Amino acid sequence: MRLLEYQAKELFREFGIKVPPSKASKNIEQGRQDAKELGYPFVIKIQVPVGGRGKAGGIQRCNGEDEFELKYPQVLDMTIKGEKARAILLEKMAEIKKELYLSLFLNRSKRCYTIIASSEGGVEIESVKNQIIKEVGLGDVSKDVAREVASEMELEGKAADDLVEILQKLSKLTIEKEAELAEINPLAIIQDGSLLALDGKVMTDDNSNFRHEELAKYQEISELEKRAEKSGFSLVELDGNIAVVGNGAGLVMSTLDMLSDSGGKPACFLDVGGGATTESVYEALSLISKMDRVRGILVNLYGGIVKTTTVASAFIKAYDDKLIDLPVFARLRGAESDQAKQMLNDTRTKLYDTVEEAINAAVMGVKK
Amino acid sequence: MSDIIELLQGNSSDPDFKKKPVIVQGITGKFGSAHTKLMIQYGTNIAAGVTPGKGGTKFEHVPIYDSVCEAVDATGAKISILFVPAKFFLTAAKEALDAGIKLLVAIPEHVPVRDTLELLELARQKNATVIGPNTPGVIVPEVIKVGIMPAGPFKAGDIAVLSKSGTLLYEISNALTQAGFGQVITIGIGGDPINGTRLIDAFDMVKDIPQLRGLVVVGEIGGDAEELLAQKIIDSNFDKPVVGYIAGRAAPKEKRMGHAGAIVMGNYGSAESKISMFNKANVPVAKRPVEVPVLLATKLGQTD
Repeated sequence: MRLLEYQAKELFREFGIKVPPSKASKNIEQGRQDAKELGYPFVIKIQVPVGGRGKAGGIQRCNGEDEFELKYPQVLDMTIKGEKARAILLEKMAEIKKELYLSLFLNRSKRCYTIIASSEGGVEIESVKNQIIKEVGLGDVSKDVAREVASEMELEGKAADDLVEILQKLSKLTIEKEAELAEINPLAIIQDGSLLALDGKVMTDDNSNFRHEELAKYQEISELEKRAEKSGFSLVELDGNIAVVGNGAGLVMSTLDMLSDSGGKPACFLDVGGGATTESVYEALSLISKMDRVRGILVNLYGGIVKTTTVASAFIKAYDDKLIDLPVFARLRGAESDQAKQMLNDTRTKLYDTVEEAINAAVMGVKK
Repeated sequence: MSDIIELLQGNSSDPDFKKKPVIVQGITGKFGSAHTKLMIQYGTNIAAGVTPGKGGTKFEHVPIYDSVCEAVDATGAKISILFVPAKFFLTAAKEALDAGIKLLVAIPEHVPVRDTLELLELARQKNATVIGPNTPGVIVPEVIKVGIMPAGPFKAGDIAVLSKSGTLLYEISNALTQAGFGQVITIGIGGDPINGTRLIDAFDMVKDIPQLRGLVVVGEIGGDAEELLAQKIIDSNFDKPVVGYIAGRAAPKEKRMGHAGAIVMGNYGSAESKISMFNKANVPVAKRPVEVPVLLATKLGQTD
């Protein structure tokens, strides 16, 4: 789960990492109250689960009420890289002397946690220069290691002491919350020489959610995604008009790629999991029926063990129940495919021998 | 790196050559029992099952034990396949390694990465190989299947296939088989961010197989396993044909695409990065699964 900045900062506060005074709101009424309590000036920061919001104008300085009334709704209405604002954070500004970078993340290729630190922060990680990189096993950062990092960053006095403390707290957070990434960028040296976390990014391991009820409140998934999760599916909503369904993440991604290559626009990525049963396919169709933008459904199932007739009956049931009235372009690989074809003869589901044929038919089909 | 083929089928001098005993952990569960039957059908020597509390009973003539230790004592097995829910994964997997299992095939999906990391520390100490989690397993076609893959797509031959994805492994192996390219071994790496056997490890396992003629790598977005493999192919001057496939070119950034590991962050994990590294390593990348055997045939034609 990717936490928004204000949520990450809630965790920072909980673990004793200093952040500027701030308040998060979801509408202007709440925002006005926050503004009053916080006092001008402050910055208005859009809360979206993607990077690059500063460049896109999602962070605005605000000096007074008139500006607030103008800018708050503007920022709230913004879409950044396709993501609408989830909330607005009003935050007091700090007098920054220098911006640092600090993160602890799950290093996939080294299979351990790794610290990245730099005394030249404030830019995207790809552009951070003079990176100090240290592998730290399961994420526990000792005082000695933290001291080494501070000294390699050429920090002194209060700033060095603060860095040691913050890095150890970040390590505690990473371990306790099972984060895959905990990043502070920028971590600012302010006027009095102390360190302050100006931005925060935390990603936790979804597979550990069952051990972290306390994080459930941060989960911002759509109703459809919730339903998909309940059925053991994974769903990513996209903005095209052809729903893509299949079994197995790789196969569905591959189908998405080929559909895009052929000029089709995927409406979603829906992986019903390794197996495919009448029930799971029916539930997948039921989810898709809730997406208004869908004009056609592309199905690519590789049934190793499953009979295609079982899957075919799901389509028939979906039409009979008036769940869907959309054309389905399907490639079902597995046993009894001739019988499945016959079963679907008079329906709006057409079976194709190859996924390429199904894709071409889908692209043509939704144009009509 | 342990010799995977030897672990799976043994030496030709062994009395149980190509019949190495395998333990199934979670043999009485819905998934575990269904796949135990299929593995037996395939010819895998399923020698024992483990389900705590069901010791002394049998499943399909396979004796069940309460613990992996007892099962290992009774059968001498070095291989175990694990089918337990993710929540119980770490305990069961540690039990296997503590009991002396040297090849653990970890099927469960949704295992927390922390648990995988912890298990891998133990695996290092015990000098054991873990494949997975979130893997379809490993198969030496027509010899032994330790996994959940359907039998149909696979045929004995001399191509090795390494894949992060399950269904794409079946799809591409099937295309290879149809084109006359049987497989010497296929290994599912798994779709998690942390893999017991990484692509580079799997490469080390297969690269010296004497009859190996070519290698197919089925990757997907997320992480840098493909990039590191490409670098390794370059550094080791590996001279057998390699063909790649990368799923997820059209996937949006910063979204998890079904697999826990399939996520692009910035440029890290992007399909472009993987494809360009593969190209640098002289590994052509198919745009569609069915193109894989075509590219492989071309490559083999060039070297023959």
